[in-house]
Amino acid sequence: MGKIAFERPLIQKIQAGLPSKYGMVRRPEPIEDIEGISIESLLKEYGSPLFILSEKVLRKTYKEAYRAFSSRYPKVQFAWSYKTNYLNAVCKIFHQEGSWAEVVSGFEYEKALTNGVSGSKIIFNGPFKSREDLKKAIENDSLIHIDHFDELYELLNLARDLEKRPKVAIRVNMDTGIYPQWDRFGFNYENGEAWDALNRIMISKEIDLLGLHTHIGTYIMTVQAYEKAALKLADLAIGLQRKYKHKIKYIDMGGGFASKNTLKGAYYPGSDTTPSFDDFAEAIVSALMKSEFKPDHLPLLILETGRALVDDAGWLAGTVVANKRLADGRRATIIDAGVNLLFTSFWYEHDIRPAKHLSEHTEDTTIYGPLCMNIDVIRDHIQFPLLKKGDPYVVRRVGAYNNTQWLQFIMPRPPVILIDTQGGTHIIRDKETLETLNHCEHLPEHLT
Amino acid sequence: MKLKKNIAISETGFVFDPTTGDSYTLNSVGMEILSLLKEGLSREAISTKILEKYDVEKGVLERYLYDFLGQLKQYQLIEEDDEN
Repeated sequence: MGKIAFERPLIQKIQAGLPSKYGMVRRPEPIEDIEGISIESLLKEYGSPLFILSEKVLRKTYKEAYRAFSSRYPKVQFAWSYKTNYLNAVCKIFHQEGSWAEVVSGFEYEKALTNGVSGSKIIFNGPFKSREDLKKAIENDSLIHIDHFDELYELLNLARDLEKRPKVAIRVNMDTGIYPQWDRFGFNYENGEAWDALNRIMISKEIDLLGLHTHIGTYIMTVQAYEKAALKLADLAIGLQRKYKHKIKYIDMGGGFASKNTLKGAYYPGSDTTPSFDDFAEAIVSALMKSEFKPDHLPLLILETGRALVDDAGWLAGTVVANKRLADGRRATIIDAGVNLLFTSFWYEHDIRPAKHLSEHTEDTTIYGPLCMNIDVIRDHIQFPLLKKGDPYVVRRVGAYNNTQWLQFIMPRPPVILIDTQGGTHIIRDKETLETLNHCEHLPEHLT
Repeated sequence: MKLKKNIAISETGFVFDPTTGDSYTLNSVGMEILSLLKEGLSREAISTKILEKYDVEKGVLERYLYDFLGQLKQYQLIEEDDEN
């Protein structure tokens, strides 16, 4: 007869507190597979830790978002926010679905071109675009979103030098009733700077003003903020028609839609509080519809949402390294992925689960990453099942920002795999090695 | 090292300490260890029994057993022998 599976022994004092009327389940249920593929088998095949992306979820989420807007508004265009996840496979999936590219640096611009996006379908945002970047963007007819007056004057100079009219929009920041108010990107609406920029562009007659853009913030949970932003952009567009008889071609509402991850300090889980794509779409479209735009001359509505499209499609799986007890008797569990790979754990209470079935017992646990750094904490306090060394875990909703903001600190970064819509698995980014990193280094002769 | 005499253990994994009025819950392995302690078995004997019954390496068990007994001591459920 086989032996019984071992779980580490546990004794817990029963502490009766006030019952919560919300009665949320505190025990993280195990997630044993993704798209029907066992996580343990993936870890065995590709190593631990491992980023896993689902093509099915990416496409489904995109379709859901597109439907929410296109069923309310006749002209909708999404532009994939490269900074959220610029793994080429991810970008290609969004481009196949019909997304343009939204980039914020020369590097991302090159990446979009390499991914086969035509220049005229690349939106170039960001506060820093070099003269060379701008030159390339003008030559490729890309949509340049002007962030500040220095950039505007650089564009005017380039237009003269290249004898080609840049296609631009201005970035507008504004008070939408939310805190913090983002005022570092673009020109302010309330203090008249936005009009100042529009006047200079219209008077110069050397560049084509195609659109108006705003990026009101990140992880926005109030759809009313988008309604206000859309009304203010519409107001500028109508003003341009009146003053210069100039019709803009598009309104770009930027990104910032919240994902279902839970922010630190939030009382309710994000999955209960995050507005749906339909909520965002309703707020934005109803604002545009009630503005003075004529129904037969509606501008194209561009959306650059990143986080909400990709977060759900990513998982990080790995292995428990050790358990220990802290000074106050609390349990600490060390896992093989830390803030180096989960940059987002600085602001999310990440949904971490065991990746195999365990008993219903849990313990108040702090989950640490493997780094030799005190701030390497994945979860401060979590009622966590009794995982022991070698047990697998998985973190949900890690698709946004982690594959772009991850740190190569004290160890090479792990591989990323994609599960295609048929259930096939593909490595889309190799595990880094010592050679990968040494490749960029050179030793002066006297040190060899 | 032995369990305090007045500690009550239920078959379903509840522990009651009448001295402090505190109650505790146990998982199955915890329950097993506490029952063996109640029978008066030594650490080594407990270890042997668990190794016979559960799928676990000796080194792994030793770590967790040591930690578990430490917790029982912290909760003042066991008494150390005089010679310890």
